[in-house]
Amino acid sequence: MFTFGIDIGSTSSKVAILKDGTELVAHYVVPLGTGTIGPKEAREYVFKETGLTQEDMVYTVVTGYGRMNCEYADEQISELSCHAKGIHYLMPEIRTIVDIGGQDAKALKISDKGQLLAFQMNDKCAAGTGRFLDVMAKVLNVDINELGPLSEKSQHPVSISNTCTVFAESEVISQLSSNVPIEDIAAGIHNSVAKRVAGMALRLGRPEAMAMSGGVALNIGVVHAMEREMGCPVHVHPLCQSAGAIGAAVFAWEKYCKKEGKNV
Amino acid sequence: MSETVNTTAAPAAEQAAPAPKPKRPKAKSLLMIGEQTNALFESARLAKERGEKVGWSASIFPQEIAETLGIVVLYPENHTAGVAARHQADPFLQECEGPLGYSNDLCAYAKLNLAYTAVLNGESDVELPDGGKMVKPDFLLLTNNICNQLTKWYENLARQLNIPVFFIDTCYNPMDYVTETRVRYVRAQIDQLIKDLCAFTGKTWDEERFKEVMRVSQLNSYLWERANNLMDHKPAPIGGFELFNYMSAMVCNRGKDSTTAIMRQLNAEMEQHIKEGTSTFPVEEEYRVSWDGIACWPYLSHNLRTLKKYGVNMVASSYGKAWAIKYDDLDGMARAYCFASTNGDNATTMMGRRMEALKRMDCEGTIYHVNRSCKVMDCQMMEVQRQLSAMAGVPFTSFDGDQADYRNYSEAQFETRIQGLVEVMKQNKEAKKNG
Repeated sequence: MFTFGIDIGSTSSKVAILKDGTELVAHYVVPLGTGTIGPKEAREYVFKETGLTQEDMVYTVVTGYGRMNCEYADEQISELSCHAKGIHYLMPEIRTIVDIGGQDAKALKISDKGQLLAFQMNDKCAAGTGRFLDVMAKVLNVDINELGPLSEKSQHPVSISNTCTVFAESEVISQLSSNVPIEDIAAGIHNSVAKRVAGMALRLGRPEAMAMSGGVALNIGVVHAMEREMGCPVHVHPLCQSAGAIGAAVFAWEKYCKKEGKNV
Repeated sequence: MSETVNTTAAPAAEQAAPAPKPKRPKAKSLLMIGEQTNALFESARLAKERGEKVGWSASIFPQEIAETLGIVVLYPENHTAGVAARHQADPFLQECEGPLGYSNDLCAYAKLNLAYTAVLNGESDVELPDGGKMVKPDFLLLTNNICNQLTKWYENLARQLNIPVFFIDTCYNPMDYVTETRVRYVRAQIDQLIKDLCAFTGKTWDEERFKEVMRVSQLNSYLWERANNLMDHKPAPIGGFELFNYMSAMVCNRGKDSTTAIMRQLNAEMEQHIKEGTSTFPVEEEYRVSWDGIACWPYLSHNLRTLKKYGVNMVASSYGKAWAIKYDDLDGMARAYCFASTNGDNATTMMGRRMEALKRMDCEGTIYHVNRSCKVMDCQMMEVQRQLSAMAGVPFTSFDGDQADYRNYSEAQFETRIQGLVEVMKQNKEAKKNG
């Protein structure tokens, strides 16, 4: 039996297919989010790759910012619960998760069964989110994927404010015009994100270890800055960006079993 | 989400969009509220016409004094909440932050009212959506028991309009009760205020009249608290947000007989629902939550729609009950008004009150409105969230919003937070059911 999970984010679309709730058959990420062809492309890609179709999916769960507009899904579940479930699938020992997505950041506390126990989310500003890093990469004229490795070379990170993306952008421009090395600015940007997100995550208590999910977890500079700010190791799974979609597929399996009166 | 598709051919008339569900007729108590509000503004207009002095007052001021003296008083906070709820705030916010030069960081009630006042004073030409029914005041009544920004707001009004402020200074309560020295401090100010107000307005203090107003005010406080407490029935007899509609009676007309009639009617309507096992909450009450903070007036309908979508009824609120103010003499009045607002109380008191409400109403979660306009409230809120959730064992979520500035809210973010809270509450419910 196959179940389908789709995470329609603000800047990217992620899909996952699970077999019998345990085996990850396929997953894919398209860097286009809600309101674009991203969700369609991602779904078509995995179906083509596996030879499966939507009819083969016994249950489909959608999550993410675009979850309200997905006509083929059986159910929509918040990205909070889906990231909790997805990370539990990938790293069962984890109890605290920070998910930094395209336009929001969340800290999650989960049970040993991957259930969401408590959460905190960022306020309205894009500071401390993936969008913040997109803006900064553009100002630095650096590919977003290069921002992390670049910051690792920094010797003297600068201080960048984390109150407002627009303020921070003007600070970065000011640093550039003062000929501050670009790697020090990149490190300052990552520290800025980490301080803001850690400030929120620590409201849930200081964990012994935690995981990061979402696309921003692929940025090694942010991960290291988070380790410093949280004071604990930060684990990142290679499939961190797909955690929400995987969680949705796991939920789909659980929902299907419940519907059919089967044990999960 | 998948939907069942009906493939049977249907007549054209049936294929058309279904007729909108007929609106439930307004409860009699709500109609009475509307009449009372209109009557208050009309009485202010007529008083002005007669050449009498009309005041503006802070929302938790001992209004029984003005009521005893027969002075008409209007309430800027209540008025601006209404302007915001009717989505009419924008031109006032623009005017206040633009030509008037005030900071975006100020309380939005203040911003709206300062701009409205500028229009009344001929300094701005923003169109008044209500035609100026908040008539220009001749004096101001102020307490700082809810916040200190109110003091600066009223000082500016006083300077702008060249009118006096009658001010009662209260103190923050570090203890769980109001100390006797504080009571004496505030009582002395009340005594002076009565003398000053009599001198200013030419009115005379009548002790017997005061006793009667006090009796009515106490009865109204009792009835208001009683109505709030009737929400402990399952299902709650009304949707919790509906209680916000009655706050104007308690904020602006606490010492009036018309409020007694409204509160009695409200209690009777709620009791009738309880008796019949019905509720005005439009869907099944799957979850019961408490609300912390001032209402997010510009998005009240979105808040309600979202909660309704997930079967969540807000059955307890610290907000409305702030106006259930109990006392039986002037010392008692001093004590009660020192202790009426969350913002003047220490965290222990605040949490004690919320814990009691959570238990009584059997709440399964709490929603905290992180209100950009009210930073004093937000300041304590984070710690209250943490401690209360641990003590009560109920999950919570918070959302960013504003009591009157529509720019500080995101509908999608609100829904995600509510859905997350519902998912946690659902798990808790299932775990409880399965032992």
